[in-house]
Amino acid sequence: MIVRILGEGQFRVDDSVTAQLNRLDTELEAAVEHGDEAAFAAALTSLLARVRAEGSPLPPDILEPSELILPAQDSSMDDVRKLLTDEGLIPG
Amino acid sequence: MLMKGTAARMGVMKRVSLVFKAKANKALDKMEDPRETLDYSYQRQLELLTKVRRGVADVATSRKRVELQMNQLQQQANKLQDQARKALSMGREDLAREALTRKASAQSQLDELQVQYAQLQAEEEKLTVASQRLQTKVDAFRTRKETIKATYTAAEAQTRINEAFSGISEEMGDVGMAIQRAEDKTAQMQARAGAIDELMASGALDDAVGGKRDDIQSELDMMSASSDVERELAMLKGELTAGAPKQIEGSAANGGSQGAQQAPAAQRAEGPFAPPPPPQQYAPPQQNQQQADPAPQAPQAPQTPQTSQTPQTQQTHPAGLPVADLPADQQDGDGS
Repeated sequence: MIVRILGEGQFRVDDSVTAQLNRLDTELEAAVEHGDEAAFAAALTSLLARVRAEGSPLPPDILEPSELILPAQDSSMDDVRKLLTDEGLIPG
Repeated sequence: MLMKGTAARMGVMKRVSLVFKAKANKALDKMEDPRETLDYSYQRQLELLTKVRRGVADVATSRKRVELQMNQLQQQANKLQDQARKALSMGREDLAREALTRKASAQSQLDELQVQYAQLQAEEEKLTVASQRLQTKVDAFRTRKETIKATYTAAEAQTRINEAFSGISEEMGDVGMAIQRAEDKTAQMQARAGAIDELMASGALDDAVGGKRDDIQSELDMMSASSDVERELAMLKGELTAGAPKQIEGSAANGGSQGAQQAPAAQRAEGPFAPPPPPQQYAPPQQNQQQADPAPQAPQAPQTPQTSQTPQTQQTHPAGLPVADLPADQQDGDGS
């Protein structure tokens, strides 16, 4: 599975890590929904750290879309909200 | 409602990737012939590359400007420190305090700039890496594009084009956001740098670097230039004030038990500075007193205030003040 961290690039992550990532992602999403800035920062940091630790950077000459895309490390909660509502194009 | 629920369960990662894919699909849908997409996209990629390189250059320019300002502020802080030291050595604590206050202001600007500088540097590095990565992907895309166009018909090419396009499109979206972020930071930085330039030009942190309104330095210079005059003036003042009290002391001490020993020294000190007439007038009474002779007829202040002679003595006495102290001295003198 290919995961992109915005501002950093793409990583190839083993599918076995998916469950861990999903759990952290759920925490991240809950933090955004509740407007909990501290929980958001903590969840984002853990999530990105996991991807970096488990994944290996994808060579830059590979043209493959990512299955998952993560906000940049220095994103604020507001940035993430904007990212999710970009042009209002969130498919169901 | 259903859409929202589904999206919520999907998580942030998936939703963001879908936003990106949706954008790519939207761009693809605009093209009649998928192979057109390849050329059009390639043009956009080249434009983005130019843009990201310009972004790197802009951030670098901004960083250099901050660096320059940091150097200027550091020079100012150093200079103000020197001025404070110099002012203090000249006994001008007020000037020293003013210089140190300005130095603190320069220092706090400097501290802020250091943070900004680090941010710009990080931004520049990120953008440089992004630029190199995009360049590699654009090269890969061009190769792929030529292969697809040479190998497949429009219908056959569709899937492969979509793959190549969505791969590069995601990268372009990422780089585009990075450029936007860098532009925002650079704009903030330029506004701040402009404010600091204005502050420095206004003289609020002033010093010799600007040279325009360095009031502290000009005052220090003025003080140096006039220090000789001041020193001489102070010396003269000292001589004058040293003369007057001693004269009084001398006459006052005459009433004391040690008057005989102190008087000659006092007279010598009076020497050339005392106005000629008084010594002559007072010489006889002083001599009388030195001999410890209670001379009732002598016109001296130490005599009992009640006597009829006292008013006359006081009139001729140059300083009326000591008279009040004299009775005590006189008593001592009488006792011995």
